[in-house]
Amino acid sequence: MGFAICSVFLLALLAPLLVRLAKAVSGWLMAIVPCALTTWFLSLLKMSAEGAVLRQSWQWLPDLGIELTFFLDGLSLLFAILICGVGTLVMIFSGRYLESHKDLGRFFLLLSLFMASMLGLVLAGNLITLFLFWELTTITSFFLIGFEYHKETARNSALQALLVTGIGGLALLGGLILMGQAAGTMDLAELLNSDELLKQHAWYPAIVLLIAMGAFAKSAQVPFHFWLPSAMEAPTPVSAYLHSVTMVKAGIYLLLRLSPILGGTPLWHGLLEIIGGITMLWGVLLAVRQTDLKRLLAYTTISSLGTLVFLIGLDIPLSIEAALVYLLAHALYKATLFLMTGTIDHATGTRDLRDLGGLFGLMPIIGTVGVLATLSMAGVMPFIGFLGKELFYEVVLSAPRAAWPSILATLLTSVLMVAAAAMAGLTPFFGAARFERLPHGPVAPGLWLGPLVLVALGIGTGLFIGPVDRFLLTPAISAVLPGHIPAPLALWHGFTPVLAYSILTLIGGALVYSFRNTLHRWTGNWSANPFWQADTVYDRLLSGLFAFADRLTRILQNGRLRYYLLTVFISASVMMGSAFLWYGTITLPPLRTSIQLGDLILAGVILSAALIAARVGKRLVAIVAMGVIGYGVALIFAQFGAPDLAMTQFSIETITVLLFVLIFHRLPLFSRLAHRRVRSVDVVVATTVGGLMTVLTLVAVSSPQVSQLSQFFAEQSVPAAHGRNIVNTILVDFRALDTLGEITVLGMASIGVLALLKLNSVKRKNR
Amino acid sequence: MKSIILTTTTRLLTPMILLFSAFLLLRGHQLPGGGFIGGLIAAAAFGLYLLAFDARQTRDLLRIDPRNLVSLGLIVALGSGLMGMAEDTPFLTARWGSFQVADLGQIDLGSPLFFDFGVYLVVLGSALTMLITLMEEG
Repeated sequence: MGFAICSVFLLALLAPLLVRLAKAVSGWLMAIVPCALTTWFLSLLKMSAEGAVLRQSWQWLPDLGIELTFFLDGLSLLFAILICGVGTLVMIFSGRYLESHKDLGRFFLLLSLFMASMLGLVLAGNLITLFLFWELTTITSFFLIGFEYHKETARNSALQALLVTGIGGLALLGGLILMGQAAGTMDLAELLNSDELLKQHAWYPAIVLLIAMGAFAKSAQVPFHFWLPSAMEAPTPVSAYLHSVTMVKAGIYLLLRLSPILGGTPLWHGLLEIIGGITMLWGVLLAVRQTDLKRLLAYTTISSLGTLVFLIGLDIPLSIEAALVYLLAHALYKATLFLMTGTIDHATGTRDLRDLGGLFGLMPIIGTVGVLATLSMAGVMPFIGFLGKELFYEVVLSAPRAAWPSILATLLTSVLMVAAAAMAGLTPFFGAARFERLPHGPVAPGLWLGPLVLVALGIGTGLFIGPVDRFLLTPAISAVLPGHIPAPLALWHGFTPVLAYSILTLIGGALVYSFRNTLHRWTGNWSANPFWQADTVYDRLLSGLFAFADRLTRILQNGRLRYYLLTVFISASVMMGSAFLWYGTITLPPLRTSIQLGDLILAGVILSAALIAARVGKRLVAIVAMGVIGYGVALIFAQFGAPDLAMTQFSIETITVLLFVLIFHRLPLFSRLAHRRVRSVDVVVATTVGGLMTVLTLVAVSSPQVSQLSQFFAEQSVPAAHGRNIVNTILVDFRALDTLGEITVLGMASIGVLALLKLNSVKRKNR
Repeated sequence: MKSIILTTTTRLLTPMILLFSAFLLLRGHQLPGGGFIGGLIAAAAFGLYLLAFDARQTRDLLRIDPRNLVSLGLIVALGSGLMGMAEDTPFLTARWGSFQVADLGQIDLGSPLFFDFGVYLVVLGSALTMLITLMEEG
């Protein structure tokens, strides 16, 4: 599996080159790798139907139980096939959809990066591996939403999605770490085999709440749902791929994946059922008032995600089965409808439902696709959508808790969903013709192939539900419900109450659809951004945060070096002083009795240089005095057996003098600006900090731990690290990760300095 | 203000200081030295050149943008860490090999040396980025 993910990452690197070499067929070329992977995953179906799992692992941070582990069972396989399969079609579609876009290479790069991350997410077998890929999908999604970065709306939407899902990601990280700590393992397979201990753990509520928050933010559940409609700023293939089939399903995947570990408790049921139920109703209620085709589809996606969360929350065997069928059906018809929207937009230049109509004659293939997808979404025989809806009703009718509210919510959601489906898939094609001919010519094969294949799969999976169930769905269900063997699925359930509900839904939906103009007139009067809308709350919070940051910056970064130093020194001494008070007694080591003359002279030189630096009225003298202090300290290092430190100190002093020379002529005149009383405060602060540092050093020296450490390094440096220079072996071997972090910070700091200096010169030029 | 004494001395001193910095880098694992000190001393060498000549000439001498030195150094350090992963050991595990060189005897070479070289490059690059930009903009 490692190679599968790596191959897509490699594809991402090659994408810009491919586009440069063969732009016209780049979509087809980009589809080769995902297509091959789809075939490979399909070939694993038989193995997974027999109950086998694949596992691959690399060490990462073994001491913390963190490993780069991949793990493939029925559930991962279902998602992997969706990711690669739909990915193939989206690649082909994008090549044509964005054929004249100058940044097609960057687009393919980002899309493949996302695909690889998503694949890694569903194949992850370790909690931290999962989190890593989870965040990668957030970041790549940020870049894809903001693909048209010159548009402000795109940038804002990208930031919104990043912030919302990013906060969810932080919560998820907390939840995963707590879970790993509570269970004693980060490995998913071990967690799945662990018993009920986790559910009785004191941290269980916190774990569920944090993980659910991450999943809800990612899967656009109320109150985090608002980022998804905004994310429609992304190019349509991205919406089809990320915001209907893959990324928004990541939260669903996580809930399914963890439901054997965390599910089955009142907290789990309550949280998922209530949030899922609210989301499925709210999403579809907002959907029917939309006139933008993509936003309409986005809101129905929110509703469908709510349905999935609701079903997972019910947590009876049949509900998991229903959730997986619904998920498959939704992926097939929703991707179709999004791609169809893209095709319409590409051909006519608009996706506003009020401007569309009568297109069927001009684009018969896409028209047929649209009608069929509508039927699947509405849940008509023989589409898989029908089965999804049937199972949904069947589950709700036998719901273990709150049966009547559940049935009502389901009925209302389904009726409105049928209406929304008709608005999305029928309105553009029928009714009064708005276009005499297509402004941008006939629809190219690259644009209708993807939706056509997807909608055909929607029929195919419905008609051949037997094998689909046996090879694709049952292994996935057993992954979520270990030991449960579901009854085989069949398309036709006979004349049951469920069928009556289905027919009622269709009639209700048709009625709502026929009154859609009244509905739009009625809802059109609502204010665009009412105060209770999550979107508005987000805007308020964000501007509040900016205002707060602004004020805080004005206080802390006031531009006066004196205050910066005062802040640092006072907080340091408060912290050190309170630590000393907290730990009570301080035992100082006995002073060295044999102080040599050399030491005394050195100390005298340093002290007098410090006095001169503080008192002198000329800058050059002050700099020289500071240099003397630095070199004096370096000599102390040399004297007490730390040649490395001494050499570093010498070099640093030299470079500092160089820096001073370079900026010397630009500095203002050296003068005493501070009042005498202010400077007496400085004296007090300086003395306090110096005194506390002295005490701290003495205490540190007398602490027994230090000698243990130095003994360890002294013993181990030659046998373990092949070096006699202890300082260096610590830097480059024992604690190399720290050093890596330090040099990264150093590099960043130099970029910061560069930016500040360049900014200054740009400002000067503009003036 | 060009001083002929300074420029002449610098021409002679710069290569020697650079050689010294390389010497410190290479011996760092056994005796006082290492990438950090080596990088700082190399930066001092170019800093001296910067004072004696100017920013343009220093850039010409360097041939490579100091910012790229920073990223190159980070890549080298990361790469040395990845070397350890080839044999299923965690990131940044040191790997050592010995070579027999005809008259010089045995030489131990390990991934920490590459790591230290990365540190050297980052320190040199960062210091020079700051110094040269200050010279240009100041």
